[in-house]
Amino acid sequence: MNTILYIIQKEFRQIFRNKGMLPIIFILPLLQLLILSNAATFEIKNIKFSYIDNDKTSLSRVLIEKFDASTYFHVMTDFPSIKAANVAMSKGEVDVILEIPRNFERDLSNQKDTDLSITINAIDGAAAGVQSVYINQIVQSFNKKVKVSLLPPSDAINIPKDIVTIPSFWYNNTLNYKTFMVPGILVLLVTMITLFLSGMNIVREKEIGTLEQMNVTPIKKYQFIIGKLFPFWIIGFVLLTIGLIIAKVVFNTPMIGSLGLIYFYTAIYLLVILGMGLFISNFTDTQQQAMFIAWFFIVIFILMSGLFTPIESMPYWAQILTEFNPIKYFVEIMRMVMLKGSSFIDILPLLIKTIIYAVIMNGLAVWSYKKTN
Amino acid sequence: MKDTNVIQVENLTKKFGDFTAVNAITFEVKKGEIFGFLGANGAGKTTAMKMLIGISKPTSGNAKVADFDVFTNSEDIKKNIGYMSQKFALYDDLTVKENITFFGGIYGLSRKKIEEKRCLLVEELGLHNIVNELVGSLPLGWKQKISFSVALLHEPKIVFLDEPTGGVDPITRRQFWEMIYKASNNGTTVFVTTHYMDEAEYCDRVSIMVEGKIEALDTPKKLKEQFKVNSMNDVFLKLARNIE
Repeated sequence: MNTILYIIQKEFRQIFRNKGMLPIIFILPLLQLLILSNAATFEIKNIKFSYIDNDKTSLSRVLIEKFDASTYFHVMTDFPSIKAANVAMSKGEVDVILEIPRNFERDLSNQKDTDLSITINAIDGAAAGVQSVYINQIVQSFNKKVKVSLLPPSDAINIPKDIVTIPSFWYNNTLNYKTFMVPGILVLLVTMITLFLSGMNIVREKEIGTLEQMNVTPIKKYQFIIGKLFPFWIIGFVLLTIGLIIAKVVFNTPMIGSLGLIYFYTAIYLLVILGMGLFISNFTDTQQQAMFIAWFFIVIFILMSGLFTPIESMPYWAQILTEFNPIKYFVEIMRMVMLKGSSFIDILPLLIKTIIYAVIMNGLAVWSYKKTN
Repeated sequence: MKDTNVIQVENLTKKFGDFTAVNAITFEVKKGEIFGFLGANGAGKTTAMKMLIGISKPTSGNAKVADFDVFTNSEDIKKNIGYMSQKFALYDDLTVKENITFFGGIYGLSRKKIEEKRCLLVEELGLHNIVNELVGSLPLGWKQKISFSVALLHEPKIVFLDEPTGGVDPITRRQFWEMIYKASNNGTTVFVTTHYMDEAEYCDRVSIMVEGKIEALDTPKKLKEQFKVNSMNDVFLKLARNIE
């Protein structure tokens, strides 16, 4: 026991002595939380909208004004022809081109069908989809008003009523994307920092030659590993705590569930990550190698965590792969507990999977750490 | 007491694939002896030493260090030996004092004992001014002297030194050897590898390894007689040339 304490003391001394690392450990992640949570948005705003008005009537102007009034669209000046508009699109100056046909007002007044042509820059397919929905909504509402205003009052009464859906959004009723992103990004930061630090720490001793010295001492494997990883376990908690404070104070993220439950889960989750870090450092000889491998896994974990793309829409094989992604579990738990107020029983299935993961990961790590070659 | 063997090695062999790094070496080291383990670069000295200190498993043969078998009791060996590698094992980002506390601690010394040892060391080596300095900021000679003292903190039966005086000036080397003599007089067995043939003269007995085998083993005096030369340097050159 004493031996472990001596190792922990030494590790903390080294961490706090490293003036270059301290800001990286504590300041950078929090800057990232502040920046990413604001920047990584799924909302599509400031769409660069342009139009070609071949009709030039009051009705066509009403349609354009509707776009202008929407906060999603930033209306640019009109183009004289579709050719000019296409050139601007290829230069990336516009996202959406609306072409209003000649005789737009006349055809509508005569109850004839008329078509609007919409061109959307779909390099980002997801954004294009969202833009298309916005445009449709605006055109629909325009359509309804036009019908009412163009028909004689006697006929207006006979217009069939539309079915309107009024969604109620649970757990995030204002659809604030930050509420959704902050817990997820916090998870990423805690994971990244603890994985990188633990992965590089032991391999660093290998590089400078002190690991050999450790292997010549009677330190037992478990003492060395616990002593080495414990400080990073603590750092994980410190990061989580600062992150949660920022989430509450800066982003006003709801925290409906029990904080104790989050900390309890984090305690086990960090064991998975630290075991992984140790496992990586056992199979590498330099910090550079360890960093590359850690990055490789982190990128896969992040992209397959359900944070940026819903897991439900991944192909089946990819969904199975996400079962091996610890970040996915933590993101889910954070959202469940913070936003839905899930209880211990609700998270139990994920908790059990995490415990199994931790046991396997640390088993592998201890097995692969050899004092004698 | 001088005649009890603290290291006993029989046909110890280490192979890496087809390459035999250490080829069936046999020797013993007596208690309190300064045993010089010589050889050219790549002769297999470090590999042999790593097997004795329990961080490398031998391919075949037998070896006992401090009465413990290197195959089955390597962890017990580690309690009884000190080790100083050519890449110093002290932590550069800890102070001298912190290093002493750490290494004393992991060898299971009590806080009080560590404190005592530290005071003694500060006194003996004259560390008053640098005890709170980071090891990384000290000159090489100091690092090596402190490193050696730290390897002796837990009063091991045997201390293994892997090229301890590489890269330091002759005065520091001389002081270093005085420390080795002192440890030996206190009953600690010293197992030392070196490239410097003048240092070989200071050893009680010397073995010379060439291409994985021990080609000569005796006191420096007898070796010189055997090869009919005046210095250990010539003994070494003669042996190495014969092989070529």
